[in-house]
Amino acid sequence: MIKDITIGQYYKTESILHQLDARVKLFATMIFVISLFIERNVFNYVVAGTALLCLILVSRVPIGYMLRGLKPIAVVLLFSIIINMLFTPGIPLITFLGITITIQGIKLAIYIGCRYVLLILGSSLMTFTTTPNELTDGLEKAFAPLAKIKMPVHEVAMMMSITLRFIPILTEELDKITKAQLARGADFEEGNLFHRMKGYVPILVPLFVAAIRRANDLALAMESRCYQGGQSRTKMKPLQYKKRDAIAYAIIFTYLGVMIVGAFL
Amino acid sequence: MGIIKVINAVHEYFRRNQNGDVVEEVCALDDVSLEIEEGEFISILGHNGSGKSTFAKHLNALLTPQEGVIYVNKMDTREEKNIFPIRENAGMVFQNPDNQIIGTIVEEDVGFGPENIGVPTKEIWERVEKSLKAVGMEFYREASPNKLSGGQKQRVAIAGVVAMRPKCIILDEPTAMLDPKGRKEVIKTIRELNEKEKITIILITHNMEEVVYSHRVFVMNHGKIIMNGTPREIFSRVEELKEAGLTIPVATEIAFELRKKGIPLSTSIITREELVEAICQLS
Repeated sequence: MIKDITIGQYYKTESILHQLDARVKLFATMIFVISLFIERNVFNYVVAGTALLCLILVSRVPIGYMLRGLKPIAVVLLFSIIINMLFTPGIPLITFLGITITIQGIKLAIYIGCRYVLLILGSSLMTFTTTPNELTDGLEKAFAPLAKIKMPVHEVAMMMSITLRFIPILTEELDKITKAQLARGADFEEGNLFHRMKGYVPILVPLFVAAIRRANDLALAMESRCYQGGQSRTKMKPLQYKKRDAIAYAIIFTYLGVMIVGAFL
Repeated sequence: MGIIKVINAVHEYFRRNQNGDVVEEVCALDDVSLEIEEGEFISILGHNGSGKSTFAKHLNALLTPQEGVIYVNKMDTREEKNIFPIRENAGMVFQNPDNQIIGTIVEEDVGFGPENIGVPTKEIWERVEKSLKAVGMEFYREASPNKLSGGQKQRVAIAGVVAMRPKCIILDEPTAMLDPKGRKEVIKTIRELNEKEKITIILITHNMEEVVYSHRVFVMNHGKIIMNGTPREIFSRVEELKEAGLTIPVATEIAFELRKKGIPLSTSIITREELVEAICQLS
């Protein structure tokens, strides 16, 4: 089940999108998300959709693979479409078994559906083309000015990258503990929901203990390698804007301009 | 003065039960004094709870002695300003390879130490490349640590320490969680670093077969150093080693038992080959 979620994963190809600075991609995603909320009209959504399609083609991430990312949220998507369709007041189109569907309802449902799909595809395109490390580096650098007002920017970025490093290790550990408890006769399948939840306690307790122990070891290892926080630290892979990043910014602002103009059409 | 000088170091801690009451007072370091010269390959042997891990942490200024003094590269570990220069000079490798790798890819992990001590970007890359070559992991630069074997992970951890250009590396039971193949890889890497890069090695272990290659061995028990000598000298004192809770290599033990039965075998037999040779030489 967890394996099905493609959101947040990295898909390696050699495209120009992959080589862009992470900050550019973060900014682009932010602008894209905002632009979807500017105004609901056909023109804006066609522009946004085309722009996204172009980016996907440039990124060389297979479209089928991207669409698979929509699967886990298909239920939520359908639910909100149906709710919007049924409960929007307006000119009735058909009345069926006491339920009225309005023209406005259908319109709204289509807009909302499109917005959801664009939002998810847009943000997952960023994670598909950016490694977790680039992402945390990008976030650290982008939010660096906040460090001046005592925000723990470096610390949060370090926490994020350590989390990413330990997810597979802890998943493996979870698997091991589950098997060990099964071998001791634990039952996770039977009984009502409450009963089953209680069954997970003997898994979660050892998992937490192990995680804390690991954290302690890791802290020692980091200290012994002279880690002393963000200050006076150099970077092995410093982020530097290149010409292509400037061009990307220009494209982003053009896009934003078009969307704002589109809102007044 | 040698690279490491320990003078009358004492470290005690209290073991508490669930209610927080003191159950017993453990003396992890009991008046320990020793000196290690630059370029040496030292082993510290001891069973669980002999104080050897506590000792290792003292050499990296992760712990400081309650009494006595420890000098690492002529710097007193008790002084705050010395802590980071000491850690730069005396790198440390821990038991669990998973819990000491910070980077999500191999080269980033090796670069972590140099980043921390403010090495310029270009030099970090040079150091990373050199250190990975020194431990024979240069073909795994862009691999994820999760995809490596235990022995490989531990070599990456060693490379991470080598990249800081330390004068001395302390390894706290680096092979305890590895399979026999991983063990061999790690021991071979350590020996090469000592011979080729002239880095002082302090190997802490309870596995006697690993100390064979070292120049000098210290045996610890109850926080004290009870024996000190070359591996051959140490291995000939079978009964004392057993008393310290250590497992003797099979060849040494057989030679010891045969000697007891009156067969004239040398006291310095460590490997199986030497035992076979010695037995064949008997007339």
